[in-house]
Amino acid sequence: MAEKNNDFDLIIEPGRIGKNYWNDIWKYRELFLFLAWRDILVRYKQTVIGLAWSVIRPVLTIVVFTVIFGKLGKIPSGGVPYAVLVCAALLPWQFFATAFSDASNSLIGNANMLTKIYFPRLLVPASTVIVNFVDFLISLCILIGLMFWYQYVPTWNILALPLFFSLAFLTAMGAGFYVAAVNVKYRDFKYIVPFVVQFGLYITPVGFTSAYFCQFFGETGKLIYYMNPMVGVIDGFRWAILGNNHQIFMPGLLISISVTFILLIFGLWYFRKMEKSFADVI
Amino acid sequence: MNVIQIENLSKKYIIQHNGQQGYVALRDVIADNVKGLFKSPKNGNTTGSTKEEFWALSDVNFNVQQGDRLGIIGRNGAGKSTLLKVISRITDPTFGKISVKGRIASLLEVGTGFHPELTGRENIFLNGAILGMHRSEIRRKFDEIVEFSGVERFLDTPVKRYSSGMYVRLAFSVAAHLEPEILIIDEVLAVGDAEFQKRCLGKMEEVGKQGRTVLFVSHNLTAVEQLCNRCILMDAGKMSFGSYNIKEVINKYILSNSKNIKASVWTNDDNLFDNEWFNITKVALADVSAKSLAMPVRNDTDIFFQIEGNVLEENEKLSFCYYLYNDENTLIYQSASHDVNSHGQVKFKKGKRVIQTQIPKRFLNEGEYRIELGMILHGERHIIHSGNFPPTIYLQIEGGLSDSLKFLMRRSGILAPVLEWNNV
Repeated sequence: MAEKNNDFDLIIEPGRIGKNYWNDIWKYRELFLFLAWRDILVRYKQTVIGLAWSVIRPVLTIVVFTVIFGKLGKIPSGGVPYAVLVCAALLPWQFFATAFSDASNSLIGNANMLTKIYFPRLLVPASTVIVNFVDFLISLCILIGLMFWYQYVPTWNILALPLFFSLAFLTAMGAGFYVAAVNVKYRDFKYIVPFVVQFGLYITPVGFTSAYFCQFFGETGKLIYYMNPMVGVIDGFRWAILGNNHQIFMPGLLISISVTFILLIFGLWYFRKMEKSFADVI
Repeated sequence: MNVIQIENLSKKYIIQHNGQQGYVALRDVIADNVKGLFKSPKNGNTTGSTKEEFWALSDVNFNVQQGDRLGIIGRNGAGKSTLLKVISRITDPTFGKISVKGRIASLLEVGTGFHPELTGRENIFLNGAILGMHRSEIRRKFDEIVEFSGVERFLDTPVKRYSSGMYVRLAFSVAAHLEPEILIIDEVLAVGDAEFQKRCLGKMEEVGKQGRTVLFVSHNLTAVEQLCNRCILMDAGKMSFGSYNIKEVINKYILSNSKNIKASVWTNDDNLFDNEWFNITKVALADVSAKSLAMPVRNDTDIFFQIEGNVLEENEKLSFCYYLYNDENTLIYQSASHDVNSHGQVKFKKGKRVIQTQIPKRFLNEGEYRIELGMILHGERHIIHSGNFPPTIYLQIEGGLSDSLKFLMRRSGILAPVLEWNNV
């Protein structure tokens, strides 16, 4: 009567969800693309100014930061136009910040789907990160515009930019997975997210260089500073865009990269652990 | 060949009794932990939250054969939807095992993932992908889907501008063009107008005829009877009965329903209708020997409507009545004790009493009836009346309508009296 297990395509057992997980993600790749496509469509449909929004926001921030830190604070920029210096850091930071806060709401925003259909839940926060990647590409035009304006020619370092963007991408994914899962269980966590983002802007070298910030602290202080993975990302961006006007602090970069991977692994682990109960809790 | 094999399947939920949902506030967790620091462990849990286990499914076992169209029926909370959710992998089982052969598509709701801002065209692709269709598959069936839905003209309008009917039609059309080996459907026929429901039923019948396996949960017993070739009855998380004889399962369900919900006995467990004249304890339907009747009864049975209680104070105006409604909520007739009471005469003497009246024999038609009690001080006040949730019992009549063998079924007309016919 009972047939052998290997005759069946799918076995559902407690805790079994993990076994074909990565296979399933591959199987559901089309859904992943559709989700990202939906989020992109909706983002640019719902806002009145649509596309312009992803340009206006960074431009205003660049203006404010350039005036406050460059003109009023007179913080040294190492011979680079201050606006370019800010822009090179703001783009990855903005990408991280919006991806992080979008991911935190993503599961709750799709609660209806979570309780009605099966798919690897990892796709939901991942797709919001993709949407912000598109935003990032659009705001990249600002940087290109600024470089034309100041007639600033990039060096071959610029080829390393995708590498550093990948680092920002992985950081956003890791932090996004974690915060998305926590938000399902602790619903008031959403009040913490904007605070984390705002606080992050102050301790991340967006309006000034990391070297300027670190000079106030000793060697150990400097290493601790690089435990914020976005410091490594921003340093990398500046190095790639500004060339030799900006030095990379290698031990710091290595620390940032390690923290990114720890964050990614931890985020994935926590998400997978919580995933089973999403449909019951949400 | 078994395509689904379910063994010892159980699913437990934890219910919290402090009004919280499944999720918790981080604030409360921190607050509880801080409180815990200052509390001696002896006091235990004083936050007032108690947890209770609830087994939505307990030890369910059955197999589904290839080509089965399996209907799953049962009361609300019997575990039908949980069962579908576990099979569709939305939630994890607590114990047990399910083995599945073939591609499953589950349709627990029409229009899952529909986004109001997107157009009909965009939503077809999105919803198709969510239901597990490939892009090429959707493209191939796109015209068919649009035609079935009948919303061609609004294909490029955001669905938020659709009427609810159009929305549902479009959503169902996508779902109807799924081609999985196993299709799981929960209660989707509860939507749309009658015309569209008919088309949906037709489509689902077609799916069944193609030899695909269908699992169908519904409260619509007619739909289950039409669509399925096998049926199981769920009760309190268990599978209580299953058979290829659908009529048998449905009858069991109806019977279990009428036994538990629509009782022919009402008892005053909560001491309601407190007054100074009559303390009511029980209302019931009884047979000649005063034993309570099991429903359904034949129409030629003697049925007595009985009120049990204690007459506290004799009053000539104390009067009882009942109202008999059919299942369409039409009042068939009412009857009152003061109809046959000459004025100034105490009818109900002090003490424990059983007051009874016979419901006319061979008078009502086959069907289900609701009987509501009334109690008044005649011409003075209403003590129990339709406005204060009166004791209500149910009467179900089946058979015994006529002595002629040609009238075994429900007769046309509201009533079915059997009357004398003579030569004069």
